[in-house]
Amino acid sequence: MAGIPLSHGLLVAVVLFALGLVGVLARRNLVFMLMSIEIMLNAAGLAFIAGGARWAQPDGQIMFILVLTLAAAEVSVGLALILALYHRLETLDADAADKLKG
Amino acid sequence: MLALLWLTPALPLLGFVILFATAGRLPASAVAAVGVGSVGLSAVIALIITASFLTTPPEGDFYRQVLWRWIAIGSFNPEVAFRLDPLSLVMMLVITFVGFLIHLYSSEFMAGDEGYSRFFASMNLFVAAMLILVLADDLLLLYAGWEGVGLCSYLLIGFWYRDPANGAAARKAFIVTRIGDTAMVVGLILLFTRLGTLAIPELMERAPQAWPAGSATATAAAALLLGGALGKSAQIPLQTWLPDAMAGPTPVSALIHAATMVTAGVYLIARTHVLFELAPAIQLAVAAIGAATLLLAAFSALNQHDFKRILAYSTISQIGYMFLALGAGAWTAAIFHFMTHAFFKALLFLAAGAVMMCIGDEHDIFRMGGLWRRLPLAFASFLIGAASLAALPLVTAGFYSKDMILWGAWTSGRGGPALWAAGLIGALVTAIYIFRAVFVVFFGEMQIAARSRYGWRIAVPLGVLSVLALGGGFVETPAALGHVEAFSRLLEAVLPTQREVAAAPATQATVMAIASFAALAGVFIAYLVYLRRVRAATILDTSAVQRLHRFWLAGWGFDWLYDRVLVRPFLWFAQLNRDDAVDAVYDGVAFSSRVSHAYLSRTQTGRVRWYAGWLVAGSLAAIAIAVFA
Repeated sequence: MAGIPLSHGLLVAVVLFALGLVGVLARRNLVFMLMSIEIMLNAAGLAFIAGGARWAQPDGQIMFILVLTLAAAEVSVGLALILALYHRLETLDADAADKLKG
Repeated sequence: MLALLWLTPALPLLGFVILFATAGRLPASAVAAVGVGSVGLSAVIALIITASFLTTPPEGDFYRQVLWRWIAIGSFNPEVAFRLDPLSLVMMLVITFVGFLIHLYSSEFMAGDEGYSRFFASMNLFVAAMLILVLADDLLLLYAGWEGVGLCSYLLIGFWYRDPANGAAARKAFIVTRIGDTAMVVGLILLFTRLGTLAIPELMERAPQAWPAGSATATAAAALLLGGALGKSAQIPLQTWLPDAMAGPTPVSALIHAATMVTAGVYLIARTHVLFELAPAIQLAVAAIGAATLLLAAFSALNQHDFKRILAYSTISQIGYMFLALGAGAWTAAIFHFMTHAFFKALLFLAAGAVMMCIGDEHDIFRMGGLWRRLPLAFASFLIGAASLAALPLVTAGFYSKDMILWGAWTSGRGGPALWAAGLIGALVTAIYIFRAVFVVFFGEMQIAARSRYGWRIAVPLGVLSVLALGGGFVETPAALGHVEAFSRLLEAVLPTQREVAAAPATQATVMAIASFAALAGVFIAYLVYLRRVRAATILDTSAVQRLHRFWLAGWGFDWLYDRVLVRPFLWFAQLNRDDAVDAVYDGVAFSSRVSHAYLSRTQTGRVRWYAGWLVAGSLAAIAIAVFA
């Protein structure tokens, strides 16, 4: 594993993050947006792991565990919100939930 | 015994607190007992103090009583302290004694008025404030009393507040005197910043050391104090409030707007005479203003129909005499005239009040007439007051004080004969206008029925004041007539005596004889014109004289002038600026906020993806700044 340079790990993380971001911005389905956010979180986690491996520190892995729990909490709350929104609007289109516009 | 000094203002103050706290719930007899009793006790204490002061004079001819330290801020440590010296002694005696008589009179005069308790509360507060004013050892405490009497004056002019005209008169008095008071405050600040104290004795000690005679600072300080005195004492150009102040009850006019408060300006100048001696230009201005005022007001008094307005203009005119004396350096004469004026003018007001009460509150003298048979006591006391005001020779108090002023003017170095001539013409006109009132009101045909009678509480003050208006002058008589100098010797310790003039007693006697002749001539002219109605008097009905009459009736058009020059431009500007130019700034802020809000609220689309996009853009921008900057 030690053969993979840091830049490659970070590059994968950036690509993953960009994919997730594009998913959030381009997708209108709330479930897909949630999944895209998960991808972005994992990209951040990957960056931590790569950094931890580069300097041989456990901090990166600790941060990744933190990110995992955060993602789990986020998904549970996010799914509950999506469910509530679906009951109310009977659609999963994010743009339909614009009641708070100025 | 002198330690009782603090009680003289404290007792009326206590009376005020009692009457104010009970707010009219006391029965009328209790109100009268508190209101009159407090001032009466105060007068008794003043008498005891006077006796003690005269029999065993304290060291240095003054007694100082420190009550407490007011504030302590660095070097500014004003104390609440009273100072009893011959000058404040005379003032205190006159205020408490005349005040007591007027309170006694009021207890009957105001009987049945719904504001009986309010009236005595304000009157007691006035006496307390006036005593604080004259006893204060410190200009700051003096100023507190000064504003206190101003407040009471306002409250009492507008006493019958249901009539809007009375409220307007009260406001006018307050605002016009405020102009003077503002000048005075500036003067006090100037004195404090330059001399570092407001205690009167120290001020009078330091001023001549700090400033040479005629220096600009001394002139400015004296001029600013003079401004305050002009407002309070109703002298030109701030005299317009006093005739309107007659809207208050007659005892108020007698006490506040004749005997005591309006002479506060005279007291202030006498008290700070050192400053005025350092500023000869201002002292000359004092004399000139006094001479001008006494003439203007005397001619106005000659043309009034309203009984009380005659006396109001007369008061302005007589205070003009006091200012003339102050300006001429005859300090003692001014205080002497203050005393006799307090006696005879209070008497005139009280007698006029008694007359008007008995004929159903009629103010127009030309609707009265022939009243002397019906109201003999009021007639006798008014006649005595009028004789004293007109300075009829030998028997009246006003003669001796006015003679002293005229002699002081004659011998003063600056513009002596001119000032004397003004005073002499004034004396002639004074005699004419007051005997015009006597002849029109009390003689001629009876035109109005005198209904009610007055009781002892009105009769006693009239009697006592009559005695004082006649006999009060014998404490100081000129060289040709007995040469009594009790009054000026008493005041010697406080006020410098006028330098001895090498004038023969014959000159003094001649000057006095001319003044006496002027007074008698005035009475005779009034007799010819208003009682005998000689044919030459028809000249009064010609249109030119009528125009002059209207001009003088309106007080030389000062009200008209101020209305055009000050009031109307102010109202016009207020109208113009009703939306307040300053507000435009804040309106502009509100407007730009509203516009930006309208634009910015469009960015709140409610679309999550859109927000996320902006979030990314913002983050990228922040990172870019962090990296590239």
